[in-house]
Amino acid sequence: MLVIVLVNCPYLVAQNCTNVLSGTIIDFHDRTPLVGATVQVAGNANVVLSDFEGNFSLGSLCDGIYELEISHPECSTKFVKIDVQGDTSEKITLEHHLEELDEVKVVGDAVSDATNTAQEKTLRIDDLERYSAGSLGDALKQISGVNSLNTGANIVKPVIQGLNGSRVLILNNGVRMHDMEWGDEHAPNVDINAVDHVSVIKGAAALKYGGDAIGGLILMEPARIPAKDSLYGKTLLTGATNGRGGNITTELTKAYKSGWFAKGQASFKRYGDFEAPDYVLSNTGASELGVSIGLGKHDFVWGWDANYSYFDTDIAILRASDIGNTDDLIRAINGREPLIVRDFEYAINKPRQEVTHHLAKLGFYRRFEGLGKWNLQYDFQHNQRFEFDIRVGDDREKASIDLRLATHSLSTDFKIDAKRDFILNFGLMGLYQNNFANPDTGVRRLIPDYDKYDVGAFATLEYTVSNTLLLDAGMRYDFNYIEAKKFYRTSRWEERGYDVEFPDLVIEDLGTQLLTNPKFEYHNLSATVGMQYQVSNDTELRFNYALAQRAPNPSELFSDGLHHSAARIELGDLRIESETSKKLSLSIQKEGNTWGYNISPYANFITNFIVLEPTGVEFNIRGAFPVWTYRQTTARLLGLDTNLYSQWTDHWRTDHKFSIVNGKDTDLERPLINIPAVNLNNSISYANPVWKDFKITLESQYIFRQNEFPPNIMVFSPEQGQEVLLDINTPPEAYHLVALDTSFKIPLNKRNTLSVGLTVNNLLNQSYRDYLNRLRYYADDLGRNFLIRLKLNY
Amino acid sequence: MKTIAFKNSIPQNLKRTALLATAAILLMACSNDDDGDNPEPVEEEETITTMTVTLAPTDGETVTLLSKDLDGDGPNAPEITISGNLSADTSYTGSIVLLNETESPAENITTEIMEEDDEHQFFFSVTGSLTGTSYMDTDGDGNPVGLSFTLTTGAAGDGSLAVTLRHQPKKPNDGTLADAGGETDIAQTFDITVE
Repeated sequence: MLVIVLVNCPYLVAQNCTNVLSGTIIDFHDRTPLVGATVQVAGNANVVLSDFEGNFSLGSLCDGIYELEISHPECSTKFVKIDVQGDTSEKITLEHHLEELDEVKVVGDAVSDATNTAQEKTLRIDDLERYSAGSLGDALKQISGVNSLNTGANIVKPVIQGLNGSRVLILNNGVRMHDMEWGDEHAPNVDINAVDHVSVIKGAAALKYGGDAIGGLILMEPARIPAKDSLYGKTLLTGATNGRGGNITTELTKAYKSGWFAKGQASFKRYGDFEAPDYVLSNTGASELGVSIGLGKHDFVWGWDANYSYFDTDIAILRASDIGNTDDLIRAINGREPLIVRDFEYAINKPRQEVTHHLAKLGFYRRFEGLGKWNLQYDFQHNQRFEFDIRVGDDREKASIDLRLATHSLSTDFKIDAKRDFILNFGLMGLYQNNFANPDTGVRRLIPDYDKYDVGAFATLEYTVSNTLLLDAGMRYDFNYIEAKKFYRTSRWEERGYDVEFPDLVIEDLGTQLLTNPKFEYHNLSATVGMQYQVSNDTELRFNYALAQRAPNPSELFSDGLHHSAARIELGDLRIESETSKKLSLSIQKEGNTWGYNISPYANFITNFIVLEPTGVEFNIRGAFPVWTYRQTTARLLGLDTNLYSQWTDHWRTDHKFSIVNGKDTDLERPLINIPAVNLNNSISYANPVWKDFKITLESQYIFRQNEFPPNIMVFSPEQGQEVLLDINTPPEAYHLVALDTSFKIPLNKRNTLSVGLTVNNLLNQSYRDYLNRLRYYADDLGRNFLIRLKLNY
Repeated sequence: MKTIAFKNSIPQNLKRTALLATAAILLMACSNDDDGDNPEPVEEEETITTMTVTLAPTDGETVTLLSKDLDGDGPNAPEITISGNLSADTSYTGSIVLLNETESPAENITTEIMEEDDEHQFFFSVTGSLTGTSYMDTDGDGNPVGLSFTLTTGAAGDGSLAVTLRHQPKKPNDGTLADAGGETDIAQTFDITVE
């Protein structure tokens, strides 16, 4: 209403109209004059153009307020109100190089890479929606060089070029996830349905997000919201035969031309027991709820947003994997069928995990004319983890693990992008984290209470040498301080030799237990340098060197106790230091119309590499238990990830992927544990946009046997009364899986489209076990699975 | 005109909602669990530290077999104490007591096993001069439990008795560990001399 009154105003007041408005139009970023911008008084047909100095002038204006419309081919159109009182002059800034400003981009636009020189791959919404009823880790396996470390079908941790856990950072909508990622059986607490695209950066090349991504980074980004008046959303329903469940997700976004927006999303997933080809995998169901809301205002010059997300998951762990001692483990490994197989049920029984994650984020940005953009972000995360084991008596319903992790972090960065060939980004980060281990479990704490403080600073530089060559470099420093209060059994304290090395850490002696107060500091330096060379229009060469240091996580330092569900004793080491990785990566990529490829070799040299391996056996009244100890060594990972595609005709296309990684402990001259096996993936697709966007893909996945693994260990079996070989490291056989995927779209009316998809995984119902599934000792992996997807866009 | 006024008012609502959400997030962020005090120690509740097997003959000296591991899952192995030798060609009545001695007074785990006897079973295996065992007790379903049993000895010599307690075994079973399944709560072997 206001706008209309203002614009009409000059015409309502009769007066002498001889005023001249002269002005200059300049680029907001680098203050250069803009030539050929059109200037027009709203509601008037007169148009003038700016000259070489960016100057323009408009005559015959009355006193009063005018609205001008200024447009330029490379800029977004701007409306300015100008109060004309006599002859008036005005400086007008326009927002140049629109393509780089993500805030004003519309949905569906190209996603730009997060790094210039690192090996990087992005999955779009279509790739993600097929995994709506799965998890992030399942979806990422589409990328060559990305595998997963599983605990059954529901706990899927991404592995990037052979590394996982704390070495893989997950950035969820700009927030680094702190969700106890240190545990092998701790899945990322993220909802794959809340994001629009996910980028995997294979290495520590994106220093802005952290210097310790020795494995890599996963950037999960929501869809961009257009600055126009609109209301849109979608609902996606997936049903699966294996597990007899599925997922529903729905989202709605409201946006305004003024830059205001609000969005909401929710998804719910429920499964019963999954099935292997020959039997039910008893107690493998899951229930998962994700909710996220956000609102804010994204203007060109400044903006803010507030986001909150909640994630709640309840996961049943295969009943047959809860075992008592080494003899039980030997029986499980030797038996080909799980020791417990029951009829299908939906109930989520013990052993199980129940994890909730809250994430709140406040972001603010401001652009400065002729300089760049300043970002400020505060985020808070709260992670609560319960693990329930099978217990007796009064403790039957009590959790065995009850950990609460709260993290606050504040970060800021400034990006100087005024010069088009030179971008400087620098920033600071501060973090406070508190872990609370609830003693009411009646089980000694596996991870102690601790406080952790991190401070980091980074600077990165991007220099465009020519149209074909770009160089970048960056440095980052991180300081970590961790202070824990931990109880040690006196016998353990002495067995580890801590009584000699760390006598000062003891603050209280309770007889059989000692209360200790370890305080450790770590100084970590990371650096990266790289180049990107455009060989031809569709061919690009990237080279990157990254130095990264990672401080040990609480599990590596403090683990001390029996993992009942895994029947193993895990021992951390207070002496563990930061590990240092030096990684060289090269990538040659062609993306042509008829064919293309990506060849990405890499070499990662890691000193003080932290490994967890079976090292021996300890005895207690329940028998013998394998001991898994953290130790440090020198490691070398050499690998190659490749992709190849060929568009044979308009409709037919084939895709081929191959990845191999070799991990070696160079101190002990033997293979590293848990290195993904070689895999080969081939698919053939037919697509016809005229037939309601029909697509069909047949995919073959061949996983070789991992022949490089550390030796097994000898243990004493009380049952057999002798030393026996515990076949704990031997990988399972190679396997071949076939999958089929088909989809089409039905336009319902102008705005609404219904998409229908059908996927069949493990089409041949192959029985197999995977080396990187921690439950491989106990049961086969999933059998055939039909998934039906229905998606409605509105 | 009306629509324009309506459009302008929505961002106002959004602004208010935004402020409320911001306040809520900040409030949430300010609460945490850190109280600065020392954490309290955990005394493991269902740990079994001690198993005493008492073997009483109808006539003669009672022998006790003791397995004690006070540091539980700690590095120290259980200590095994055998009070004396068994007599040849004798039938002993055995009884088992389980304790958690990390607590003071020691917690008697035997009562928990009795309460949940349908979910527990002891298994015995003998070698050498120990010739056989049999169950003396049953659970509510008439299946053996093993808190009391009999043990017979043969000619003088060496032998061993292995005692295994399984939680949630298959019941009934054929008496072998392989058939019973379940999780092992106790697995101890006593080397015994028969004279």
